[in-house]
Formats: sequence, structure tokens, C-alpha cells
Amino acid sequence: MTPLLDIRSLRKTFGGLSVTNDVSLSLHPGDRVALIGPNGAGKTTFVNLVTGALKPDGGRVSLNGMDVTRSRPTERVKRGLVRSFQVTRLFKDMTPEEHIACAVLQRMGKAGRMLGRHGRMTDVMTEVGDILDFLQLSGIANVRVREIAYGQQRLLELAIALALRPRVLLLDEPAAGIPHAQTGLIEKALERLPADLAVLMIDHDMDLVFRFAKRVIVLAAGSVIFDGSPQAVAQDARVREAYLGSYAHAR
Amino acid sequence: MTDVLGRDRPADFWSRLKESSLPGALAIFVVGIAGFFLLPDNLALLTRIIAIAFLVLSLDLVTGYCGVATLGHAALFGAGAYGAGIAAVHFGVTDPIAMTIVGGVSGAIAGLVCGSVILRAHGLPQLVLSIAVIHLFHEAANKASSWTGGSDGLSGIMPDPLLGLFEFDLWGKTAYLYGIGLLLVVFVFLRMIVHSPFGLMARGVREDHVRVAAMGVSVHSVLLRMYVLSGMVAGIGGALSAVATQVVGLDSLSFTLSAQALVMLVVGGTGSLYGALIGTVLFLFFEDVVSAANPFHWLAIVGALLIAVVLFAPRGLYGTAISIIRERRKKSAA
Amino acid sequence: MQTVLSVAIDALAYGMVLFVISIGLSITMGLMRVVNLAHGAFAMIGGYLASYAARDLGLGYAAALLIAVIGTIIIAIPLERFLYRRIYGAPELTQVLMTIGITFCIIGIANFVFGPTLKTIPLPETLRGATDVGFRTIATHRIFAIAIGAAIAVLLWCLVEKTSYGIRLRASVDNSAMAAALGVRTELVYAASFAIAVGLAALGGAVGAELLPVEPYYALRYMVTFLVVVSIGGSGSIGGALLASLLLGAIDTTGRYFAPEYGEFFFYLAVIVIVAVFPRGLAGRRA
Repeated sequence: MTPLLDIRSLRKTFGGLSVTNDVSLSLHPGDRVALIGPNGAGKTTFVNLVTGALKPDGGRVSLNGMDVTRSRPTERVKRGLVRSFQVTRLFKDMTPEEHIACAVLQRMGKAGRMLGRHGRMTDVMTEVGDILDFLQLSGIANVRVREIAYGQQRLLELAIALALRPRVLLLDEPAAGIPHAQTGLIEKALERLPADLAVLMIDHDMDLVFRFAKRVIVLAAGSVIFDGSPQAVAQDARVREAYLGSYAHAR
Repeated sequence: MTDVLGRDRPADFWSRLKESSLPGALAIFVVGIAGFFLLPDNLALLTRIIAIAFLVLSLDLVTGYCGVATLGHAALFGAGAYGAGIAAVHFGVTDPIAMTIVGGVSGAIAGLVCGSVILRAHGLPQLVLSIAVIHLFHEAANKASSWTGGSDGLSGIMPDPLLGLFEFDLWGKTAYLYGIGLLLVVFVFLRMIVHSPFGLMARGVREDHVRVAAMGVSVHSVLLRMYVLSGMVAGIGGALSAVATQVVGLDSLSFTLSAQALVMLVVGGTGSLYGALIGTVLFLFFEDVVSAANPFHWLAIVGALLIAVVLFAPRGLYGTAISIIRERRKKSAA
Repeated sequence: MQTVLSVAIDALAYGMVLFVISIGLSITMGLMRVVNLAHGAFAMIGGYLASYAARDLGLGYAAALLIAVIGTIIIAIPLERFLYRRIYGAPELTQVLMTIGITFCIIGIANFVFGPTLKTIPLPETLRGATDVGFRTIATHRIFAIAIGAAIAVLLWCLVEKTSYGIRLRASVDNSAMAAALGVRTELVYAASFAIAVGLAALGGAVGAELLPVEPYYALRYMVTFLVVVSIGGSGSIGGALLASLLLGAIDTTGRYFAPEYGEFFFYLAVIVIVAVFPRGLAGRRA
């Protein structure tokens, strides 16, 4: 079976420094994969290469069998590769309903319409309502984002991604910045993601990673050093070296 | 009031009124007619205000709604004015409505050209491009004097009677009423645009273009389309100015006019059509009173006004008024 | 050959004057991230003060230059304290509006105080006339302008690379929050840099009065020219600003000599092409 997202030997160097070094991985429908790694491992660069914000020096990115290595970021979104942001990037003066409407309109190819209002488009609003309900945001649908709680903003971030009906979802630290007591909200939402969606979560909150992921990939110094089950990762010597090595040598 | 999903929405009268363009159109109509009867000797000034209002509305589309800072927007206005003027003088297109259409099309083309250039950069380089573009247009119009009349201006524009019925009279009555009519049409059209899905995307671009791009929207294409629309609106204003004054001067393609349009927009309030209109009316009225005395004093006053707006009313007069009203209502609701 | 040489000398002198004025703008842009459209207005104030000192007070040329620099800095300090500090870190549109407002005010005031006519700064005997440089003669004032430009470039380079102020300056440019955390008083660095920037503008305005005539609309007329230098040279880069100044000086002067009937058409065309092709400047850092 063709993987939904297939990455082969991806490479990127910045001025001689190899930031992404021959990284390969593939995601299939229903996969729940976590990408972890110590600071400076090259996680952000990797995300930017996959979404197309950066051009790789070598390697291949395929979406559902189609080579998108040279495609623009917007093109990849249309093909079903959607990302969320670690730092919330929302429109402060717009409402959750408007955010999700933007995403739904774009997916339906109606974003360029200059006539009519989204509020009167039944198909758009039905879907917007469904997504708001799904993430329990209906109560604040018409409140400006600058006035809603941070946890809800994170949920909205997820809602926007889902409204684009992704096939592959890159979640960049979905629970970042939320007080620990409230991460449950996000976790619950993550558990109910569509079953056939492939999810790659980038995070270093190990609790969340272990509960969510069926598979863990460890990135260190730009290379994949581990790809296996969450149970095996803690036992792996190279992973321990990557995370703890600097402390061990310091002694 | 419920939306299509049957979920409750704020049902008060105000929110329904806010969605409709009726009150705005009515206000323009009433103020317009009042101006006609109250200031019959100043119709030339009032018509100029309407023409510049098109420029400021047009600037609001790219600066207020999309967040692009430009100091060269008069290029689109001047393109419309010269387009209509040249069509009349050199090609015999003297029907006022046809001239207006030519102006709108010329403005849209200028918008496409300016947009393609200005949107290539961000930040300071973008600003520099916008200033360079308006100077380039100005120099080009100055040089092509066989078409544009150069620094003497393009004169000899003789529009036919409007609809074959109404002569453009010496007092500017026809021109003024034609301007009010055009403004009403364009205002309703712009209300539709800014509330459409496209307008929603544009607001998204202003707030965070990275977020919009991550939704799969091409930010550049949204901005460029807005520039073309903006050019059309400014071009109609330019054409109105050509029809009403029957000359087109190089000042319609000047940096000063571009900067003044930005001042009018900011004084009124960016990101709102009402703000753009209010800013234009106030600015041009005061200019008429003060600059008659001394143009340099006027410049110093404009400067002081700008500094004051930045420091004390960054949302402009209309924006500040709205947020005060909103705060009041929130307090009284609580 | 004669024409080419004299055009080259004029272009070099013009470019150097552009450099002296624009490098200050480059510093404020690179350090405070302020799009200061009023920079040209400070150069104009320098020109006016020098003219006033030399013509109306009858002082010497050197004294006039000194008064121009110091006087302009004194005028600029309260502006920095009360207006510019409010817009550090503000959105670009806000900065544009504030600084264009300041420009308009200064133009209005300059006209009120000095009148709308062109102001000249009488040159001392030594700078008048021409100097024989062996194979030909060159207007002495041009040589003076070129020398001033070169001296400023060298001085600034030493200041930035060799002194502790330079270290603080570069640290603040790279990361002002970090520099502040390390004990650099960024507010002082900002104020000092603003003063230097304004002083350089005034010096350039006074020395360059022969090439960029002093009149009230000076501040608007050359606004784009100075901005272009910074945007092409890349903000905060001495070498970039020098290169961009010389390039623009060459384009502008050549255009004036060989196609005067086109006015500044080719200058603006070149600006658009260069900025559109290098939206991040010739030597600029990443945006």
C-alpha cells in the first residue's frame, strides 16, 4: 500500500551545518506517530521542509504517491498536508466561526468569491457548526479570539486544521503553553481525530507522546536515531545518549 | 435571529443593521443631498471630496483590509484620471459613463502593474517601491506631454451630457450629483466585497499571512486581486475628477496626494469604509479653510494632526468612536 | 573622455553625500527598526542651520558645519525622547505615519522660519574654484565632499568594529532583549545612536548643499533617495550603504547628464528594478 506521506533521504544544510541528514519516514492512514528529539535536533527545520516553507538540498517528499518535493506550501495543503502551529497563530480580531469559515471556504474552493456572505452559505455554515460542536467551541463561536482562553485558542488551532480535511496532519506541540491541568481537553480532542487520518505530532511532552503515539521517531543532530514503539524508546541506548549524553560528559 | 444552523445569534437590532449596507448608503445619500442644498456655491469642492473619497476607499482596501502600507496609491487614481481624460481628448470618448468605465479599467490595469511591483517586497523595500512607483508614473506622465499635456495638464476634456439629458453645467450640479450616484453604487459594491468570502480572506491576510498561507490560500493572489479592485475604485474617482473639472493635472499622480490619502484614511480609521469617508470629508474641508491662508501652515498642521492621531487615537476617529461605544455597551450589559 | 571623467567625479561626490546622510538612517533602521521618513528633514535642518550660521552670523565654514551638527542633535533629542520612543517596535504603518507627520511639521516650520527660497552656504576661499590633480582640474568642493564621505566611512567602521560602544551597538542590533539582559543599557545605546544618526544627516545636509539644494521641500524630495540607499544597502551595513550610495549616485548623475529631459525617470526605474530584484538588499541580512 502507498503510504500517505513518504519522505526519502531528506537533506538540508545551512552553511555547512547539516540540519537534516538523510531522514526517511513514512506515514499510513491511521498512523499516530510522535517525532521527538532534544533541542536543536532539527525538528522545526524538518517540519518546514515537509510543509514546503524550506527547499531541501536533496531527497524526496511524496504525498499519497505524488512527488511534492518542488511543490509550493499552498499546493501541499490542497493535497491534504496540513500543519498546526506551536505558537498560536490566529486572527486576534476575528471570531472562531470566521476562522473555521476561512478554512472551510478555502477547502471548498469558494475562498475567492466576491459576492455573498459565508454566513448565508448553508453548506459552509453546516460544516463550520459541526466542527465547532466537535471541539466544543460553539459557545464562543462569535467571540473575538483575543477575548477567549488560551486553551480554547489551541483547540481552535486544531479546528482550523481539521476544517481543511487533512489526510496527513502535522501537529506542532498541540498542547504547548497550556497549564498541565488543562491538557486533558486537547488530549480528548486528539483521541477523537478521524481514524483514517495520519498524524505526525512533534512534541517533547513525554506524557502526551506516550499516551497518544503508537510509534515514536527520535531525531538527534538532524538524523533519525530511533523509529519504533513507545515502550522500546526509553530502553534504547542511542536515545539515552542523545538526551542525556551532554549531561554525562559534563560530569 | 438564528443562523442557518438554527443556533442562536445575537438577535438585537444593531447587529442586523450592521450587516446591511442600507444605513451607510442612506447616510451618503442624505449627506450628499444636504450638501447640494446647503453649500450650493461649493459644489466644486464637494465633488473633489467625492473623487478623493474613491481614492481613500481604494487605499483602505489594500492598507486597511490587507495591511499593505503604501505611499504611492495616487498612481491608481491618476491612471484613472488620465485614462478617462486621454480617452476623451484623443479618442473622442466623451460620454461621461464611458469615460468613467475607461477610468475604472485604467485604474485596474495600473493596480495590476503597481501591485505586481509593490508586492514583490515587504517592509521598508515595499515602502520604497511604492514611493518609486508614484514618482515613476509622475515622471512618465510629465515626459509623455503629447498625450498628457505634461506639466500644463491635460485640458480640453468636454464630456457629453449625462445620459444625453443633463449638461455638465458651470456650477457643477450635474457633476456633483453624478458623483453622489457613483459613490452610492461603489459603496454598496465595496460593502459586498469586504463581507464576502474574499473579504474574509483579506482580513485574514492582514492579521496573519502565515496562518492564511497554512490554510492553502495564496496570499499573493489575494493581495493582487485586491490591488486590481482597488485600482478600479481609485480609477473611477480619477475619472470623476476628470469629468467634473475637465482637466487632469500632474498633481493627480503625485507623492503628496498619495501621502495625503493615507493621512485621510488614518484620521478617519483604517479597515472601515465609514472611516475612509469620514476622514476624507474632514480632511478636505479643513484643507480648504486652512490652506487658503498658507499651504505651508497647512502642511505643519497635517503633520501635527498625524502625530496626534498616532499618539492618541491610533484607530482613527471612527474606529475610536466605535470602540468607545462598544465599551459603553459592554459596561451597561454587565 | 572629459565628460565621462567629470560625470564620474560628480557621481562620486553625490554618492558620498548620499552616504553621509543615509548611513545615519541605516543605523536607526538596523538598530531601532524604525522606518524614519523624517531623516531627510534632519539633513535639511543641518543645511538651514549651516546656512544661517555662515550667511547671517558670518561665521566660518567649519564653525557653520559644527553648529549644524550640534544644533540638529539638540533639536532631535526631545523628538527622540517624546515621539520616537513611542514607536520603537510599533507596526510599520504607525512608524510611517508618525515620521511623515514629523516631516510635514518640520517642512512647515522651516518655511515659516527661513522662507520658501533656496538657501546657500557660502564656501570658504579654500574650497572654491578648482584643484589641479595632475591630469585635469576638479572643483575643490567635490574633492572635499568625497573626502568627508571617505573619512566618515572609515571613522564609523572603526567605531563599530573597534570600540566598546560598537560592541554594544552590534549586540543590540542582533538581539536587543539579550543585550539588555547582559547589562547593555539599550535605551542609552539607542539615544546615542540616534544622536549620531541625526548628526551625520546634518553634516551631510550641510556639506552636500551644493549638490542637494536646501529648500523646504528638501525633506520630501530626497526622502525616497535616502530610503532607497538603506533598502538596497541593507539596514545596519556600512559597506552596503556605501555601495548603494555610490551606485545610486552614479545612476542619478549619469541620468541627469545624458537624458536630462527625462528628469528622474531612469533613476526611479532603476530603483524599482534593483529593489524588485533584490528585495532584501545587496548586502542585507535576512529579513
